[in-house]
Amino acid sequence: MAIKAEMSPKEIKETKPYIEWGLTEKEFDFISEQLLGRLPNYTETGLFSVMWSEHCSYKKSKPVLREFPNRSKRVLQGPGEGAGIVDIGDGQAVVFKAESHNHPSAVEPYEGAATGVGGIIRDIFSMGARPIAMLDSLHFGEVDNAHTRYLINEVVAGIGGYGNCMGIPTVGGETTFDECYTGNPLVNAMCVGIMDQNDMQKGRAKGVGNAVMYVGAKTGRDGIHGATFASADFADDKETQRSAVQVGDPFMEKLLMEACLELTGQHKDWLVGIQDMGAAGIVSSSCEMASKAGSGMELILDYVPQREPEMSAYEIMLSESQERMLLCIRAGFEEEVRSLFKDYGLEAVVIGRVTEGNDYVLKHKGEIVTNIPVSSLTEDVLEEPSEETNPERISVSEKLNNWVPDILDARETLGKMLAQPTVASKKIFTQTYDSQVRTSTVVGPGSDAAVLRIRGTKKGLAMTSDGNGRFVYLNPLIGGQIAVLEAAANLIASGALPLAMTDCLNYGDPNDPEIYWELHKSVLGMSEVCRVLNTPVISGNVSLYNENNGEAIYPTPMVGMVGLIKNINGYLTNTFRKSGAKVFLVGETFADFAGSEIQKMMTGKISGNLRSINVNSESEKFFKLLKAIELGIVDSAHDLSEGGLAVGLAESLFSSGLGLKANLTTMSSAFLFSETPGRFVVSVVPENVENFIELMKDDCTEIGEVTTNRKLQIKCQDTEFDFSVEEAQKVWEEAIPCLMKSKD
Amino acid sequence: MKIAVVVFPGSNCDVDLFEALHTVCQADVEYVSHKEKSLESFDAVMLPGGFSYGDYLRCGAIARFSNIMPAIVEFAKQGKPVFGTCNGFQILTEAGLLPGALKQNNSLKFVCKTVDLTVENTKTPFTSQYGEKEQISLPIAHADGSYYADQETLAKLEENHQIVFRYAGENPNGSLNDIAGITNEAGNVLGMMPHPERAVEALLGNEDGLRVFKSLLESGKNTIEEAAF
Repeated sequence: MAIKAEMSPKEIKETKPYIEWGLTEKEFDFISEQLLGRLPNYTETGLFSVMWSEHCSYKKSKPVLREFPNRSKRVLQGPGEGAGIVDIGDGQAVVFKAESHNHPSAVEPYEGAATGVGGIIRDIFSMGARPIAMLDSLHFGEVDNAHTRYLINEVVAGIGGYGNCMGIPTVGGETTFDECYTGNPLVNAMCVGIMDQNDMQKGRAKGVGNAVMYVGAKTGRDGIHGATFASADFADDKETQRSAVQVGDPFMEKLLMEACLELTGQHKDWLVGIQDMGAAGIVSSSCEMASKAGSGMELILDYVPQREPEMSAYEIMLSESQERMLLCIRAGFEEEVRSLFKDYGLEAVVIGRVTEGNDYVLKHKGEIVTNIPVSSLTEDVLEEPSEETNPERISVSEKLNNWVPDILDARETLGKMLAQPTVASKKIFTQTYDSQVRTSTVVGPGSDAAVLRIRGTKKGLAMTSDGNGRFVYLNPLIGGQIAVLEAAANLIASGALPLAMTDCLNYGDPNDPEIYWELHKSVLGMSEVCRVLNTPVISGNVSLYNENNGEAIYPTPMVGMVGLIKNINGYLTNTFRKSGAKVFLVGETFADFAGSEIQKMMTGKISGNLRSINVNSESEKFFKLLKAIELGIVDSAHDLSEGGLAVGLAESLFSSGLGLKANLTTMSSAFLFSETPGRFVVSVVPENVENFIELMKDDCTEIGEVTTNRKLQIKCQDTEFDFSVEEAQKVWEEAIPCLMKSKD
Repeated sequence: MKIAVVVFPGSNCDVDLFEALHTVCQADVEYVSHKEKSLESFDAVMLPGGFSYGDYLRCGAIARFSNIMPAIVEFAKQGKPVFGTCNGFQILTEAGLLPGALKQNNSLKFVCKTVDLTVENTKTPFTSQYGEKEQISLPIAHADGSYYADQETLAKLEENHQIVFRYAGENPNGSLNDIAGITNEAGNVLGMMPHPERAVEALLGNEDGLRVFKSLLESGKNTIEEAAF
């Protein structure tokens, strides 16, 4: 892309290149007639097209996002900044956010995933927090073709390549497989940081005359129109989109992080505001910082460090080169800041000043190339009301009877279930992530939630990322409820009080009324559970247009949740620890097979409707169990999800050196695979059984005892079987390595 | 004993080494920047894991040209204890303080897990608290940990008992002679791929690495006592 004569405003109006960049004709006319009173020039049209994209403006999803509760006594910073912040006592706070990088990862999986990790880490340290952990949520197509294997290998390598080099442990996450994600994998990354509340920073540029400073990597032509690209769906005739993907340099980001943390931690008097240059690069960070402070801004683009010669104003402003931050520095401290960054081998350059009023002025090569109101890029974006309709599949399924599996051989079914990629061990992937660096990982990948200790305190943090598109597809409202309940259950099982959540809302094309309906209903379902559990949504991200050749993915909201463990020594894992311990099932089991793993395994698809959930009684049960765990009367806890009770019992035995004798004579073998949400398998040593039952009352049923024989023995209404734990674990561990190896 | 933890651009296990020494062992420890030129006032030097200079070019290849390196070489020549884990080990081989080189893992992938090791030599300042042939477990986390040296060098390493840690059971990276850690001929410079600093607290599930640091601190006491006589 060499510099070329740019179109004149008149030519732009006539030939409409902005449509290709994502702006509609209606929006273009509104901008020209109502906001500017003139036609925008080439650079300005580019700025509008990225800032008005869904990725930056949330113009379609905003009305729905307002449903989310975002306050609690603990929330110090809700949505609207780089990341949300929650009080964890002792003057400390936890900071977290999740972000999707689905579209870049579909096109260039290694760099797409790596820069997704890099971007979310910058969001955390831009708040003044030290990133302490990464999690991910990955959804791929079925592992039965070479392209999916390539995507998996590259995405996993990209996540590890960036996080490992940064020295931030990747401690947890999830990976699932379904045909709907084949051409449009979901790559969501979540970062958790910790900070002193005194160090909190905001992305704002205020104080006339204060300097706008650019720090980090030079600006190149990579990633131009990345934000717009993320707001359009894929089709085979657009294979050329590779140029929109950025390339990451984790070493540069490590230096940038250390320098920024020195600035935010030790030189607060120099700093007014700090923001990551993420999607839509310099334009979004600078105009958002000005907008949040009610300031104007003038930038001289010639001062922007550039990697390539002859870049145009349009290219400089829209570049999504990685590892860059924008600072607002109190006038008079520019030299100090420059010298601090130089110490880390980084460039810090004054590229402009905060001005009075509301004008966003850009100068390049002696000319004013942009002069528009700041608010026209941020606040004046036309919200687009969207139409909603209930998809036909849902009204049809409501009238049908739900499918119930006919189990001929329960043992064989369990064996096959353990080998389903969504259920099977993900060690082959998680082992390539450094999960221990910073030496605070108490529980790494593989348990219900990851657990980290907080140095210098008795506290710990539990964290999880979870999403189940199948349930949301079958019933967005109930599926949304289950998504939040499941994440909370992960934390409860680890002994943590859920504090707050972040999300990545991965959906199809919102212009389709059925998809907008899915988005709306699922957000309502999630919001309801958030209110009941008091886990407000403090940050998040929306990824729409996840489609491939017209087929949408399952609506897949990913929930990232963080919980507080009062006393780190009281944390739990899902593994049975003592023979003789009594095993309880917490929560009732119903005929919940719609959207279950067994339905997919036996019928090849999912169908049916979901049973409604009493959110209040679920919440009461959760908090009773948490109380039991905090009292120290529970020995292990595992929340049940994909694969149901049978899989949960097997997982509780893996690597334990123990066995289990389970007596489930009130249950037919099919129910071993039901996926009723909100259930846990817990073990309790005999001396605590009485107290446990007294606390849990009807919410728990004793189902067996931990033994020393290394066998999973299950007796149910219609059958009886046993499975050697060693054999079961082998099936579970070898399934994915075997699928990843086959050649076709 | 005063210990230096050297920080290169891109080091990321520096905090872990520091905490193991400072918080767990209550040792006197300080960070030393790669820009410094002197190690005067220190009694031992530790090079942390991580990705110095992004591991660009080759792991450790750029770090070995940093300002602090001549002082580290001099320090080692004087017979004082020098320790490198993971990237620190790679830097020590690049700097020629230890023989051989670390190649990419056989799997061609980064691997993070706990492996079994045998302690092969307990007569070093870093291993005196272990038993001869003791089996321990330590975490590894690397992409380039496959130790390589020519046959002659390997024979010398074996003969001089310079192989201090060997993988027991599964070799996670394809290193020759199952080598996980070696010393120089004089025995005062140790490089190892496993991370003992990640295994010093029961809360994190493993304390097998603690004695590397206890051994060093103990050796310091002996040296000081000797000096006093």
